[in-house]
Amino acid sequence: MDPASAKLIGAGLAMIALVGAGIGIGNVFSAYINAVARNPASQPLVQPIAFLGFALAEATGLFGWVVGFLIFLK
Amino acid sequence: MAIELNPLEQFEIERLIPIHIGGIDLSFTNSAMLMTVAAALVTALLVLATRKAALVPGRWQSLAELSYEFIANMIDGTVGHDGREYFPFVFTLFMFILFGNLLGLVPYSFTFTSHIIVTFALAAVVFIGVTVIGFARHGLHFLRLFVPEGVPAVLLLLLVPIELLSYFIRPFTLSIRLFANMLAGHTMLGIFGGLAASIGLFAILPLGAAILIFALELLVAGLQAYIFAILTCLYLNDAIHMH
Repeated sequence: MDPASAKLIGAGLAMIALVGAGIGIGNVFSAYINAVARNPASQPLVQPIAFLGFALAEATGLFGWVVGFLIFLK
Repeated sequence: MAIELNPLEQFEIERLIPIHIGGIDLSFTNSAMLMTVAAALVTALLVLATRKAALVPGRWQSLAELSYEFIANMIDGTVGHDGREYFPFVFTLFMFILFGNLLGLVPYSFTFTSHIIVTFALAAVVFIGVTVIGFARHGLHFLRLFVPEGVPAVLLLLLVPIELLSYFIRPFTLSIRLFANMLAGHTMLGIFGGLAASIGLFAILPLGAAILIFALELLVAGLQAYIFAILTCLYLNDAIHMH
């Protein structure tokens, strides 16, 4: 297999990491919705934590994206 | 009519004023210009808005006070009273990154936070600063941060390297999180924009997607600045109160 096509396949495989990001973000917001549904008064307290969790979950997915990007461009 | 179909062209650095001193390239680049604009805008917002210092604030003074209170409450909530002396640093960091991210969304502009060297410089300052603060406050006792209490000695052999690794990976995750979010967002905007420009009637679909992604990018711009600031506060809390 020549390096150019191996690069493309490698970059595509690296994108599988984003599945984790999707599941993680879904988990975070599912917990947030549950919490607010059970106790609506807690919404302003839980919201910053929900956004923090979302960003951290997204970040791990994006680490995989960066690796794919680097493979694709080098 | 040449349409820019390369979504990565927006990240190229251009030298606006070439300056070479002693073989070192110190040119004033588009990145440097946007950093200057961001710093100038933040300074203008805070200085001009609080000029009249009315007791009942007008719109601009409200905005300045809101941003001040936002960070002050963030520090109070995470670090507590000891963190007050680090407020200028966290505030500067937050406003610089926020304005940098938002300025990048202006069409034909440049996002200086989409380059790893910029975000790594910011994250390295935070990491080195927090480590120095930790050693300055606790001396060598600071190394106890990597040895959790009540752990049997056998597990320590496995746990301490993991704790060390997760500590030293902080500047990298902090910088890559911001840089990857900005890079990914703007690349997507570039791709959908290029797609919309290159097809005829059906351009309404990628245009709609580009509009939605632009809204998402506005959210991500603010969120990533907030995340950087709050993680800085959490790392500071780790160093100051070692729990």
